[in-house]
Amino acid sequence: MDAETLPYALDLVAGSGVCLSPEKRAALRNSLLLVRRDYRFEQVRLWGRIQGIRGAYYIAEGLGPDRAGARSRLYSLNGVDWSLLPPPSEEITAVTTGLKGRFQGDPSYEYEPVDKKEEAERPYEEEVGPLIKEEVRLVATIHQIDQEVGIVPRGAYVKSPLGPVHVNRNFEGLSLTEAKKLSSYFHFTEPVKLKNKTLLEKADLDPAIDFLDSLEHDIPK
Amino acid sequence: MADPEEPPVPENEGSLEPPSQDQPDHPSEPGIGHGSEASQPPGQVPLQPQRSAIYQPEQPRLNVYEQQEGRGTQYQPQQARGALFQARGGIPDSRGGVSWQPPQQIGRGNVQQPSTPSGGAPADQGCLPGAESSVHGSAARSSHVLQSESVGHGPYQPHEPGYLSQLGMMSLYEDQIPDPGPRALAIKNAKAYLLKTSVKTGVSLYDHLADMLAKILEERPENPADIIENISKDIKCARFQKKLDTLRDEFEKHPTFEMAEMYKTLFQRGGGDGTDQEPEEELPDTPLPNVMETAYYFEQAGIGLSLEEYYHIFLALKQLVATHPIQTCRFWGKILGIEANYIVAEVDFREGEEEEEAEEEEMLEEGLKEVAEVRDEDEEEDEEKDEPPKPNYKPPPVIPKEDYRTGANKYTYFVCNEPGKPWVKLPHVTPAQIVNARKVKKFFVGKLDANIVSYPPFPGNESNYLRAQIARISAATQVSPLGFYQFGEEEGDEEEEGGGGRDNYEENPDFEPIPVPELLDTFSNWVHHVQNILKQGRCTWVNPYQKSEEEEEEEDEEEKPDEQEELQETGPPLLTPLSEDADIQNIPPWSTEATTHLVPQYALAFLQANLWPGAYSFAIGRRFDNIYIGWGHKYSSDNFNPTLPPPVQSEYVTGPEITEAFDPTVEEELALKAAQEEALEAEEMEEMEEEEDEDEDD
Repeated sequence: MDAETLPYALDLVAGSGVCLSPEKRAALRNSLLLVRRDYRFEQVRLWGRIQGIRGAYYIAEGLGPDRAGARSRLYSLNGVDWSLLPPPSEEITAVTTGLKGRFQGDPSYEYEPVDKKEEAERPYEEEVGPLIKEEVRLVATIHQIDQEVGIVPRGAYVKSPLGPVHVNRNFEGLSLTEAKKLSSYFHFTEPVKLKNKTLLEKADLDPAIDFLDSLEHDIPK
Repeated sequence: MADPEEPPVPENEGSLEPPSQDQPDHPSEPGIGHGSEASQPPGQVPLQPQRSAIYQPEQPRLNVYEQQEGRGTQYQPQQARGALFQARGGIPDSRGGVSWQPPQQIGRGNVQQPSTPSGGAPADQGCLPGAESSVHGSAARSSHVLQSESVGHGPYQPHEPGYLSQLGMMSLYEDQIPDPGPRALAIKNAKAYLLKTSVKTGVSLYDHLADMLAKILEERPENPADIIENISKDIKCARFQKKLDTLRDEFEKHPTFEMAEMYKTLFQRGGGDGTDQEPEEELPDTPLPNVMETAYYFEQAGIGLSLEEYYHIFLALKQLVATHPIQTCRFWGKILGIEANYIVAEVDFREGEEEEEAEEEEMLEEGLKEVAEVRDEDEEEDEEKDEPPKPNYKPPPVIPKEDYRTGANKYTYFVCNEPGKPWVKLPHVTPAQIVNARKVKKFFVGKLDANIVSYPPFPGNESNYLRAQIARISAATQVSPLGFYQFGEEEGDEEEEGGGGRDNYEENPDFEPIPVPELLDTFSNWVHHVQNILKQGRCTWVNPYQKSEEEEEEEDEEEKPDEQEELQETGPPLLTPLSEDADIQNIPPWSTEATTHLVPQYALAFLQANLWPGAYSFAIGRRFDNIYIGWGHKYSSDNFNPTLPPPVQSEYVTGPEITEAFDPTVEEELALKAAQEEALEAEEMEEMEEEEDEDEDD
């Protein structure tokens, strides 16, 4: 959610039992503004909180002119000091896929790679693979969450003819009937299924709005 | 045919006036209208009005004859009949040939109705025109309906807005009839049949016919008999169409409005007695918890709902306390579901108040059991003749439910989907439900009567599953600072007997608040104040194989080896410190944190359960509380694997006994028959020979 309207937005999602303490609320509001200034972002949004055993990560993301383009992610343990996370890559995803268990709340905590455990029966192999830092796992997890459940309502973003995606200032929310349909929500990631659609299906789409994958064909139903 | 110059004609109209006026004029008339009922032979009296109200296939026809007989002697029916024929034939000439009187009579019942009384019978009534015309209407209608039936003609009686209500008026007349004969009963039955609504559409034939007739009369189509099917179809279609007001737009029904309406009821001050309550000097004690205060503390830790929602819950709890005899009440938490969430309140009823109800339930259950047993006995008696082989499988004994106010059933739980909706009491939990709930992992749907589709099958629906999860979560995550509760004095000796430890505690009046840093430092300053649930599904262990004395005697020698009794399970006793809790695969079961590091003087100690994500506790000074907001799932480091169904049982070993033989062919059968016949013949021959021999011997 947008850093500038954070207090209002937080109330709307509080039904799930997660809210921010007044201290964090106040801290985040200020520090995110500073993040925006320091990193020259156009928009800074609070991505969320990942609860660990010994602490929680607060995640923010900074966006450039293209809202659907590459974004930088930052994390903070106290809501005041922010550190930049490395961009997600396939290598990171591959390394961290097998990791299980809770986050520790310590970015320097090191996980043993999953492959190593399987090979542990061979005693002669003394080479220990590089340990995986929790920071890396954090990157991969955030990326995965974004890929799978990062959704936006239809019409909230428009794609300009030149390519970049903007926030649709005319968007006033979905009507009740629209809001009940899965087809009016989009995955806010690079579309995959859109290219596979037939011409007939594409005929009804508005290229400015329907440039993302909708939720209606997700598995499982 | 009607004679126009007959004197009774104008008076005929008078006969349809109220009875008081009618009777002296025409004492011998067979009534068309109601007014003449009194003058009729008693047998016919009840029939007239009813016949007009209900379509009766046979009886009216009888009546036609009666009427026709009457017509021969009297003018009046003939008048009506004349009108009938004219209408039916549709020949205006004949009407023209006669005088204006008969058409006027038709017209009287028709649109011209208001004008008629003034013209036709100007002087004979003093009543109001409106009232008079209504009497007209009903009377005329009854006559017309009657006649239309008798001739088998389409309806042509006047259409009036009050048609149906006047039919209702007819039933008033029915009530006045002194002696309803069997016919009347049959008529009533027929009417009841017609009024029966269809299961599919919820429309009765009676209403449908009424609608159809109303439509026909309103629109006056050319040949209604020919297009009656279409009219029927149109009316049926019209039921599915929204009736749109041409003047005003229909306002959109939005669920948020309904929600607002529901929340509004929460803000009403409690009922009639609350309005005129004078401000008392001392407010009475209430079991209502201060939800907003705990909400504040949890918010410091970053847990909780929005304040608005909290307030709604607060008011909903107030409603719950007002409507039930509740000793203590607590906002237990919120369980999230797929379609709706549950708000859970933990209550303790006042002593004795709710036990009766519980006992009743038990009585019911016992009654059911007895019935089942009786049935079993019956079946046994029946089956003595031809008993199928009995399996030697014996189901494991059912572990008895814990009594109310003990163990997992210590408290009663109420749930609702939204604050403002009615609170629903959850049933008490049984050990079987807890044991099965441990084996499955299901999302809540949000409907209490939803099925739990799982393997192993869960005994009960979602309300039972919800209750079982609440019991498990409570047992694992309800904690309090060390020393806040202490064991009661009087039951010191029971500890050794029960084995499971004492199950009651009381508040320690001398509790010294533990400073927050100490609470944060070690888990041993926190204790569980809800009993641990054993593997058996109960808090106190019972021996399932314990038998009543009779049974023991019976089975003493037979099944000794089977009675390898289960080892008595023991769990940690009540008020065990959290430091005794087992780790979850290298993860500590609890995490502590101070709510703020900036102002440590005012920080709260805040506890987060890692075993049940969503369970939190806080403590500061003498205040502490637990809350659960989550999906009702236990944490497991590995993915959840449902238990697999048992392997398929092996097939019966094939052998000659159960292998299927080929059917013999016709030739084989014939051959067999021939062989049998030969054998028979041979025997006969032998017998013959023997007989002959015997004869010879003789």
